[in-house]
Amino acid sequence: MDLLSQIFVEPFALMVEMPDLLVQTLWEGFVSGVLYALIALGFVLIFKASGVFNFAQGIMVVFSALTLVGFYAMGVPAILALVLAIGVMFVLAWTVERVVLRPLVNQPDIILFMATFGLTYFLIGFGELVFGGEPKQMITDELFLPTGATEFDLGGGYVRIQHLDVAAAVIASIMIAVLGVFFSKTRIGRALRAVADSHKAALSVGISLNQIWVIVWFAAGVVALVTGIMWGARSDVSFALQIIALKALPVLILGGFTSIPGAIVGGLIIGLGEKIGEFYWGPVVGGGIETWFAYVIALIFLLFRPQGLFGEKIIERV
Amino acid sequence: MSIRHLTIAAIAGAIVSTTALVAPASAQTEEGIYVPLLTYRTGAFAGSGIPIADGMHDYLTMLNERDGGIGGVRIIVEECETGYDTKRGVECYESVRANDPVMVNPYSTGITLQLIPRAAVDKVPVLSMAYGLSASADGETFPWVFNPPVTYWDGASVFVKHIAEREGGFENLAGKTVGLLHLDAPYGREPIPVLEALAEEHGFELKLYPVAAQDMQNQGSVWLNIRRDRPDYIYLQGWGAMNPTAVREAIRTGFPIENMIGVWWAGGDEDARAGGADAAGYKALSFNGAGADFPVMQDIITHVHDKGLSQFPRERVGDMLYNRGIYNSMLIAEAIRTAQEITGKDVVTGEDVRRGLENLNVSEERLAEMGMTGFAAPLNVTCENHSGNHQVFVAEWDGEKWTVGQDWTEPMTDRVRPLILAAAQEYASANAGWPMRTETCDN
Repeated sequence: MDLLSQIFVEPFALMVEMPDLLVQTLWEGFVSGVLYALIALGFVLIFKASGVFNFAQGIMVVFSALTLVGFYAMGVPAILALVLAIGVMFVLAWTVERVVLRPLVNQPDIILFMATFGLTYFLIGFGELVFGGEPKQMITDELFLPTGATEFDLGGGYVRIQHLDVAAAVIASIMIAVLGVFFSKTRIGRALRAVADSHKAALSVGISLNQIWVIVWFAAGVVALVTGIMWGARSDVSFALQIIALKALPVLILGGFTSIPGAIVGGLIIGLGEKIGEFYWGPVVGGGIETWFAYVIALIFLLFRPQGLFGEKIIERV
Repeated sequence: MSIRHLTIAAIAGAIVSTTALVAPASAQTEEGIYVPLLTYRTGAFAGSGIPIADGMHDYLTMLNERDGGIGGVRIIVEECETGYDTKRGVECYESVRANDPVMVNPYSTGITLQLIPRAAVDKVPVLSMAYGLSASADGETFPWVFNPPVTYWDGASVFVKHIAEREGGFENLAGKTVGLLHLDAPYGREPIPVLEALAEEHGFELKLYPVAAQDMQNQGSVWLNIRRDRPDYIYLQGWGAMNPTAVREAIRTGFPIENMIGVWWAGGDEDARAGGADAAGYKALSFNGAGADFPVMQDIITHVHDKGLSQFPRERVGDMLYNRGIYNSMLIAEAIRTAQEITGKDVVTGEDVRRGLENLNVSEERLAEMGMTGFAAPLNVTCENHSGNHQVFVAEWDGEKWTVGQDWTEPMTDRVRPLILAAAQEYASANAGWPMRTETCDN
């Protein structure tokens, strides 16, 4: 009886009793959701273009952020360091296309997937060699990102909104919108969709597969850089950050691997769901449910939509 | 050569050079005392692991450079990179074991737990300095395992003593709420039994806030729970990237930072510095001094840094975790020196050093000889008590550096020791065939 009360009564009573915490939880969930969506977007872009689940997306977040901080530590002004970091991500995209993807054309997807594993461990080792293993502080002020917080009273309590979180939500939303428009309205976007449907058909109408791959890997690199800046500003830039990229997995399961709107909606559902789940129902089992609860949410959705929220329903006739 | 070949060669070169950094060097053939250090300079916990690894390395190097080693025998120091991963740590142990180490320093509670059953069999003592299994302080049950100067349980008791003092006595703890914010790993869970026992005794409520390793930098939900429960104090038992994130989150959410007290592993300079000026008032337990104003530190600068033999930035000499590594190596060196005195041998073995560890007696005079007056408290280990339940102090971050916030404090040994003995018995019972102690006692 007590357990039933903890599950079905107390969480809702707490929501009514402490509305400030409910709003705070929703806000934290929203910010996390937007950032998860951004990470998931990096995966989706590459999956759409090459059918490859890019396991290296997480380390790209760390590598790009470390590059930015590393340039700044060398005395390069922050904005120029940002531009140079974007440049490094372009070089990385070009190198990946030349060294990893091009030689593996027409190989099974699993080979490409394994190649991204190799890329991950190479970037970890290379990054530690160049930047060292110690965490670095993100150059938040130098990049003109806001700090501080605004507090307002609500229901006898207070809600605290970090300015950095507002900036993260706004920048991530703009980024998602720009990429969404770019890949749905432009010629390159249409080419990307053609490549996603069929490599051979795309090649037959003159679309350069190699060029598209460089573009999507570069776009995924820029997404990784923005994610690294935002998450690094919330904590530190360390190699532990790459694990956060795995948060995108339930988002992808939920939203589908090929859908940009899916990544956005999936990110928000997972972000909000895990925060609410952890906060209101976590205490029932001693807390710490956030990590696996995200997968529970995704799997529940999968029961009803196996292809994900916006994933394409594939019918193969035999 | 094509671009592709060049690129492959470059990648291969990078991998080889990276591997050379993280793999143990080949066994050395020169005569000496072989001391392997299981360290982590890579991965998610490198932020905590690097200063400690450098501190351990630099003190032993200083002894080699200044004194020609210990008792005239050079120390052969070899690092093996574990990445704070238990499986890799055990692999490291296997790789160094063949070279007859005089002891092993796992630097991870998870790895220590794996090596405890191996120690007596392989005749390699385990030195888990203020970490590992608290129950291993019982020398009767664990004759090959040592965790001086204090256990996690001692640390938790000092934390409770500290908050009781701030509240005006233990009687005022009744009705208070205390949170344990911990890494959800064997290390993080270690203080729970003693905190539960003290909560029951003194009437405060204990709330647990586990943080999974993958969420070390994503603690938003945990801090919402903290805000809901409104604990009066938080005891932080974190590691790696978890600590600076916790300090930042405490500030972000408006938790009074002066009421958050970290265990000694949550007291790194970078942990506190992450919170900026607002982190002033954050506290952490410690058993070693901070700063470079000790003669021993000057010797390290002269004999190691000035000769370019250290990887640690000179301007950071004196960081709390760097100094902790130095303290750890001081224990290693003193155990070897004691073993040499007991056995009369210059080149000692693992069995000899086990006896050395069991007879460690670092007096105030000895600390002065080593240039460590005020750096550490006197310490002694006995056959029965492999930890010693020594004093620790509460250090306070002033916004730029750690300062000694209060005097050295005794743990609540009368409460902790019975729990340790009971837990040791429980461990032996749970592991069928756990050997009875047969090793002779020298004290």
